[in-house]
Amino acid sequence: MKALMFGWEFPPHILGGLGTASYGLTRGMAQQNDMEITFVIPKPWGDEDQSFLRIIGANSIPVVWKENNYDYVKQRLEGRMSPEDYFHFRNGIRYDYRRIGTDDLGCINFSGRYPDNLIEEIGNYEAVASVLAHSLDFDIIHSHDWLTYPAGVFAKHISGKPLVIHVHATDFDRSRGNVNPTVYAIERRGMDEADHIICVSNLTRNTVIEKYGQDPRKVSTVHNAVEPLAHPEEFKKPERKDKLVTFLGRITMQKGPEYFVEAAARVLSKTDGVRFVMAGSGDKMAEMIDLVAKRGIADKFHFPGFMRGKQVQEMLAMSDVYIMPSVSEPFGISPLEAMQVGCPSIISHQSGCAEILQHAIKTDYWDIDAMADAIYAIVKYPAMYKSLHELGQAEVNNIKWSDAGLKVRRIYDGVINHTL
Amino acid sequence: MKNICFCFQMHVPYRLKRYRFFEIGHDHYYYDDMATEEHVNWLVQTSYLPLCQTIKDMINLSKGKFHCALSVSGTMIEMFEQFNPEMIDILKELAASKCVEFLATPYSYSLASEYNESEMKKQFKKQEELLESIFGVKAQTVWNTELLYSDETAYNLYKLGYKTILTEGAKHILSWNSPNCVYQSAGAPKMKVLLRNSNLSDELSFHFSDPGWGNFPIDAEKYANQLKSFPEGDEIINIWVGADTFGVRQNAGSGIFEFLKALPYYVLEREMGFMTPAEAAKKLSANNTVSAPYALTWSGEAKDLSVYVGNDLQQEAINKLFAVAERVHLCQDKSLKTNWLRLQDVNYLHYMNHIDQGETPYESAYDAFINYMNVLSDFLQTVEEQYPTTIENEELNELLKTIRNQEEEIQKLQEKLKSNKSEGRKAKS
Repeated sequence: MKALMFGWEFPPHILGGLGTASYGLTRGMAQQNDMEITFVIPKPWGDEDQSFLRIIGANSIPVVWKENNYDYVKQRLEGRMSPEDYFHFRNGIRYDYRRIGTDDLGCINFSGRYPDNLIEEIGNYEAVASVLAHSLDFDIIHSHDWLTYPAGVFAKHISGKPLVIHVHATDFDRSRGNVNPTVYAIERRGMDEADHIICVSNLTRNTVIEKYGQDPRKVSTVHNAVEPLAHPEEFKKPERKDKLVTFLGRITMQKGPEYFVEAAARVLSKTDGVRFVMAGSGDKMAEMIDLVAKRGIADKFHFPGFMRGKQVQEMLAMSDVYIMPSVSEPFGISPLEAMQVGCPSIISHQSGCAEILQHAIKTDYWDIDAMADAIYAIVKYPAMYKSLHELGQAEVNNIKWSDAGLKVRRIYDGVINHTL
Repeated sequence: MKNICFCFQMHVPYRLKRYRFFEIGHDHYYYDDMATEEHVNWLVQTSYLPLCQTIKDMINLSKGKFHCALSVSGTMIEMFEQFNPEMIDILKELAASKCVEFLATPYSYSLASEYNESEMKKQFKKQEELLESIFGVKAQTVWNTELLYSDETAYNLYKLGYKTILTEGAKHILSWNSPNCVYQSAGAPKMKVLLRNSNLSDELSFHFSDPGWGNFPIDAEKYANQLKSFPEGDEIINIWVGADTFGVRQNAGSGIFEFLKALPYYVLEREMGFMTPAEAAKKLSANNTVSAPYALTWSGEAKDLSVYVGNDLQQEAINKLFAVAERVHLCQDKSLKTNWLRLQDVNYLHYMNHIDQGETPYESAYDAFINYMNVLSDFLQTVEEQYPTTIENEELNELLKTIRNQEEEIQKLQEKLKSNKSEGRKAKS
């Protein structure tokens, strides 16, 4: 089974959960012996782990025919791709893309981020997809998130191979209902054209069915999983006087930071010895600092700023409670990461991961009282901490990407054999 | 001759209201009376009342040959008095028929027998007094909470004067022996033990309307044949179920009430009889000893206490609760005593089980734990306020005794003073 996947991010250089999920899923799927994955991203950095799949950088694929000799190409590609591959792909050019600005190799210079001209970049990605569809051999196309749907759809039209799209989020999650019509149109077309739609939670599946008018039979849920820690023992909880309650993520409307502040104020009105941390950055940060000051809890509420890599796990391992009061979270991998290092988690019912977690506290994002009550219980009742700590860790260690990979494989088989 | 012993158990916990941590220390009322009333009303209408009616009909139809037993907790009787007096009326009728035995049960369906012996005594005594005052019956046989039993419990209850105790016919205490005989307890050799036949009981509770069950459909004649087919030595077959089996677990539409009503006819036709546990203990002799060094219940796969106190949450809750038992016993405050009784209800612990939460009103075991612990924290705080932990129990007891003695002394002196005064007046006049 050969899969051609279109993605936008891949570790170690990631901006959000999409990259983490792409890595986990492909790694899990690679455990199937006959699985060959080609993963396209706009701009690889060269230090991606390619041991279990092949990564192709869209910025090394020629979309406009340029006459260059072997040595020049070799020198210009700087090892990102072999000249043989370059020439092979160049033979896949069928359309005239001279309107797109390209470099001397005929390649597009992708930013690989989420720039202001995102829509244009998505269109350019489509052009790359056409070249790949003409020059690669594959059985199925798999597009991760809306940025790559147009590329997937185009590849499907060219190759006639079935298209599976993977919905990691919808614009309804990102905008709290205030949907951007251009984005919606792209998402909608991708879903309409797809042979099957994979959603990361039932919550997202319902959105796809209800808001995007998709046939429920065509939409499946495959919950995300979490990569096991290489050395879980290196994360130790240091002894400290105060209990630590942590929020970690982008400080934006979607993540519901204000509910965390209000819950903190409730807890602090009754108890001492608890500190609150809001790690991360985002457009709501200034507003949150204001709110904290207004509630008069600034001495117990801290903003350490953006954290990355190992810092995140260390922060989580240090905490007594991790809280994710997201207003709308298609899946939300971070509570699973917190539970991995033994930190009890409180999550909102509006988070997809709530569907698969038993040993986490679930409240509605707006139910500040329930959230405060849960925080209080974890820091005050030792059995509560102990149960969530032990059982939560065990639970998360059983959520494996290879199982998710098998589910995706069954969907591939079903789509190809028309049995789904 | 084979005998059938039916027992039906009735108990409902008070619903706790949603009690947040910031109410600790401010709000000392823990119950959601509306929810409790609504639940009890529903249960009475769909199950308990029709069941009692059916039992009455069975007694009448069999001309008094149908006998059975009821375990009704003190909490349950309190609720009937408050919400459903018609239940009290019909239970009185059943008591008057002399065909129904009322069983001794911990007043608030507590695990006290495992955790605090003196509390256990109080619970049994209180429920016994209630049965006597309302129904005029004297309870002789023990149905401990969830059929909780161990050799030690048997011994403790024997000391309280009970001669018969009921428990689960669990495989690990019976091994290859039949549950259908009277046993004597290894803990108290004069205590007779009756064992629940779990197969036949569960057939009614769980499988009556299950088309996938091998015996489906179960009718009275078939069931009576099954009873008849037991070997000769089996003298007493104990079918004990939660009363909500009738009407709730198996809804009225399944024909469970009609099944029950028809049963005496087929049983009596096959020359078998009905007995209450007390009658069985009196008439049948115990030939074998049964021993249970560890606590045994009718719950879960393991038939032990793990359903109720198996995880960390449950352990913390029950340990915190019973840690203040001695203090509460010293105090006289009425509302504190009421709360103490109610908070012991085993159902609150059951809700904290991660796998099987019973009929929980909570979203998860954690949710149940949070709410219960908040309530318990307030309760413990009130106990602490009345009797601070800085004073040792013994010291406190002494102090209380002194106060009480002083009161008595003052009363005596006052009386003396009064009589002296009146004598003085008489003398003057």
